[in-house]
Amino acid sequence: MKITRKEFLRITGLSVAGAGAAKLVRAIGVAGPAPPSSVSAKRWGMVIDFQRCRPGDDCDDCIKACRLAHNIPEIPERAHEVKWVWKERYEKVFPFQQSDYTRRAYQGHVLPVLCNQCAQPACVRVCPTAATWKREDGVVMMDWHRCIGCRYCMAACPYGSRSFDWEDPRPYIKHLTADFPTRTKGVVEKCNFCEERLANGRAPACVEACRQKAIVFGDLNDEQSPVRQLLRARFSIQRQPELGTGPSIFYLV
Amino acid sequence: MRDRVLIGLALVLFLTLVTYPMWHAVYARTTAAGPQLKLPQTAKTCVAPVAFMRASHMKLLINWREGAVRDHRLEYTAYDGEKYRVNLSATCLGQCHTNKKEFCDRCHSYAAVSGPYCWDCHVDPTTVVARRMP
Repeated sequence: MKITRKEFLRITGLSVAGAGAAKLVRAIGVAGPAPPSSVSAKRWGMVIDFQRCRPGDDCDDCIKACRLAHNIPEIPERAHEVKWVWKERYEKVFPFQQSDYTRRAYQGHVLPVLCNQCAQPACVRVCPTAATWKREDGVVMMDWHRCIGCRYCMAACPYGSRSFDWEDPRPYIKHLTADFPTRTKGVVEKCNFCEERLANGRAPACVEACRQKAIVFGDLNDEQSPVRQLLRARFSIQRQPELGTGPSIFYLV
Repeated sequence: MRDRVLIGLALVLFLTLVTYPMWHAVYARTTAAGPQLKLPQTAKTCVAPVAFMRASHMKLLINWREGAVRDHRLEYTAYDGEKYRVNLSATCLGQCHTNKKEFCDRCHSYAAVSGPYCWDCHVDPTTVVARRMP
């Protein structure tokens, strides 16, 4: 078969256009939103049981364990305090879930709170250096090598879960451990869901330390996990879910 | 020839200034010898050949850091197939270089390398006293 000049030019032009279009489609596909992660992917979560937790009885096992595991300084000046797990007053933990009666009944009650490890973390969206990011297993990570201390994340976090190191924390650490780095002046820190322990297949330090077994840890995507069983069996609340952050910490009431 | 004294003085001053670094080195007992490093007692091999570590340990450590923190790569397979935990405190210092002062610091001070700020956060395990659990 003989191809005319006109035919040849037309085929060449069409194939070049086709190749270009394929490349364009692929580029858009790559740049677009990532496909949803598979159902088998983990999403670590935590359930805290109010009926078992006794923070009012001066119990602070979880806080102590966390402090030891992560070299958290105890700074007496409240404005410089560094908090990973801490006790918060009821009315501050659930500000929009109160009535006049609950307000009166639970006045002064304290609850343990920590980073919510949100599904849609506001802190991650605002971080200009990607020093904080969300891992595939749901842990909101912090890279202190990259943190420039701008504190945008602290402004974005609706739960006050982040603390800034206003001064060198080393002198305020009572029992230094070499297993975890300390932080330096000028970075933001928060609960890391004990990712260094998760890597070794261990539960977070607060979960292990709790004598009341009030904290349960597990995979929220696994229907048979202890957290899912609890969430099926009992009524739970999250901290300000209406903000759309999707907290991974649930409180059993 | 009335300036003879002045010229002589200026010459002496000039020579003193020019040779000052030499006299200073003699006075400070500076030698060309390298630093006396305390090498690991038991371990015979490092995670990379010695020549590479000497020249590029900082690059290796940066890669370890990026890999461990960002990509969750916690194990490093060395050139000889040996596997190591990626951990500055536990592996580098804990297993082999137990004397940071006479290994890391001594060479850094000899080479006049300011920093690095690794140790502002990472902990030298030998300085940690036994911890008490609650």
